Amino acid sequence: MGQVVQYIQSYLDSNQTPGAAGNIFWMLVYIMLVFTGLSIAVIAMNWLERKILAHMQVRLGPMRVGPHGLLQPIADAIKLLLKEDIMPAEADGAIFWCAPLIVVLAAFTVFVVVPFGPTHAITDMNIGILFMLGVSSLSVLGIVMAGWASNSHYPLMGALRSSAQMISYEVAMGLAVISAILMTSLNASGTGTLSMIGIVEAQQAQGEWFIFKFFPLGLIAFFIFAVAMVAETNRAPFDLAEAESELTAGFHTEYSGFRWSLFFLAEYSAMIAVSSIAVTLWLGGWLRPFPHWLGGTTWDLIFSFVPGATFLFLAAITFFNVIRMPKHPYFRIQTIGLAGFAVALAIIGLILFVPDVRVRVQDIFWFTAKVAGFMYLYIWYRGTFPRYRFDQLMKIGWKVLLPVGLGVLLLTAGVGLVQQNLWHQ
Amino acid sequence: MAPVATPFFFYLFAAIMLIGGIAVITRKNPVHSALALIVTLLAQASLYLMLYAPFVAGVQIILYAGGIMVLFLFVIMLVSIDRSMRERQFNSQWVAGIIAATALGGLLIAVYTKGTNIFPEHALPVIESDNTQKVATLLYGQYMFSFEIASLLLLVAIIGAVVMAKKRI
Repeated sequence: MGQVVQYIQSYLDSNQTPGAAGNIFWMLVYIMLVFTGLSIAVIAMNWLERKILAHMQVRLGPMRVGPHGLLQPIADAIKLLLKEDIMPAEADGAIFWCAPLIVVLAAFTVFVVVPFGPTHAITDMNIGILFMLGVSSLSVLGIVMAGWASNSHYPLMGALRSSAQMISYEVAMGLAVISAILMTSLNASGTGTLSMIGIVEAQQAQGEWFIFKFFPLGLIAFFIFAVAMVAETNRAPFDLAEAESELTAGFHTEYSGFRWSLFFLAEYSAMIAVSSIAVTLWLGGWLRPFPHWLGGTTWDLIFSFVPGATFLFLAAITFFNVIRMPKHPYFRIQTIGLAGFAVALAIIGLILFVPDVRVRVQDIFWFTAKVAGFMYLYIWYRGTFPRYRFDQLMKIGWKVLLPVGLGVLLLTAGVGLVQQNLWHQ
Repeated sequence: MAPVATPFFFYLFAAIMLIGGIAVITRKNPVHSALALIVTLLAQASLYLMLYAPFVAGVQIILYAGGIMVLFLFVIMLVSIDRSMRERQFNSQWVAGIIAATALGGLLIAVYTKGTNIFPEHALPVIESDNTQKVATLLYGQYMFSFEIASLLLLVAIIGAVVMAKKRI
């Protein structure tokens, strides 16, 4: 027993990513943690999306199940699991069965390389970003298979649209990613990296997030990626593959119950995955804001209090809403539940103030906070933009994003070359 | 880190590739054939990984499995499956088949029995971490000219496709 404790202690001190340490036990622990966190994030996203959209449209959103509808996602999940799982009689059984699995596997596997912190990642591959793009491009296969195997018109149309769209925007996305990878090679040795951890470390070494690098080149590349990633995940305003006014539900029209919920899960975790690519490549991954402008130990200390303070702030808002709850006895259980939630948030916030936890968790916090910003943007887009027509979508992809991406790539390479030459003189 | 390139994985992926390849030619439904081909290509990507060529494996997944095969499926989905299901699948070219099979079999047997000198005794020490950089230096240094010619070929194909597809340019 003492040996086990010693072993765990020695790992905790060794300061390596589990994959790099070559240790299967810690890898499994991390996989479980990431998978759990991801599932919780998807559940939270489900609730937040309905709530935020509702508030944008001056509605209340879910209010019945639990205080402020907090238990609504759980109720939805139970409903989906209990629903009858229907397979159309004319469907191609095996492919119909495989399609959601492929989509889910592709969406979850990419998190193997997502760097939540310099030592917080399942593994560090030296082709990290390539792996993420490759595996997430496999999800289009699942969508095409789902649409074809349903043997029905709406799903087929949805699958065709989706595959055309995803392949078109992958090109622009790839060009934007390459221009960010080029920036990693601006160091003394002149070699870049494809590793996700390496990319963030390059930003740390250059003292600049790549979004601000060679202004406005980094910003334009980031913008291209930000547009392409919405199209890539089939979300509004590019959700032509499941445009409900034209195609009922697009490629998953014939799916129901558990299989449909797999598509749902995959869609949201793919959104989180592409957001984490954007955060890693342009927004400095786990680095805190203003590492140089507000540098020094004092600011380090102040910024390390931010995670705990955020949770305390959320707890305060929740307490405020506990007070605002109707005083009718009918709402008593809901009020107690909301107060319990607030207490839980406050306890998490207080734990995050403990020095050991604070130091170890703040990189995860900054990464998650940046990704959360993107998730809010996704909801915001959905509440703001009308859906594009298919030819407009193709025009944006091929005639705007692709040429601009190529131009940015060439300019980045040129400016980088000039800088590198100045360096060596 | 301990190497994962054990013979077990080689045989596993090779078996998956063979099964996928056989399925490609025996399935009557073209969509099933295309999916079997994707399985084969993915298993091939894992074999590249075993050869410590992660960049090639990644590109294989992005280009073939994620790009080209999706376009394949895109076209096949629009073809009438019923008609292709009724078509005869093999055209019984027994003579040509037997000649090709004996030639390949003879080659394999020759390599297996007398091939010990062809291959190096040990695998070359490869450093996985700079594989991508090595590929880049080779492509943009030593083989620059052939690389550019290959991309010119692709450009010609693209222009040809546009000319054929669009009536008014």
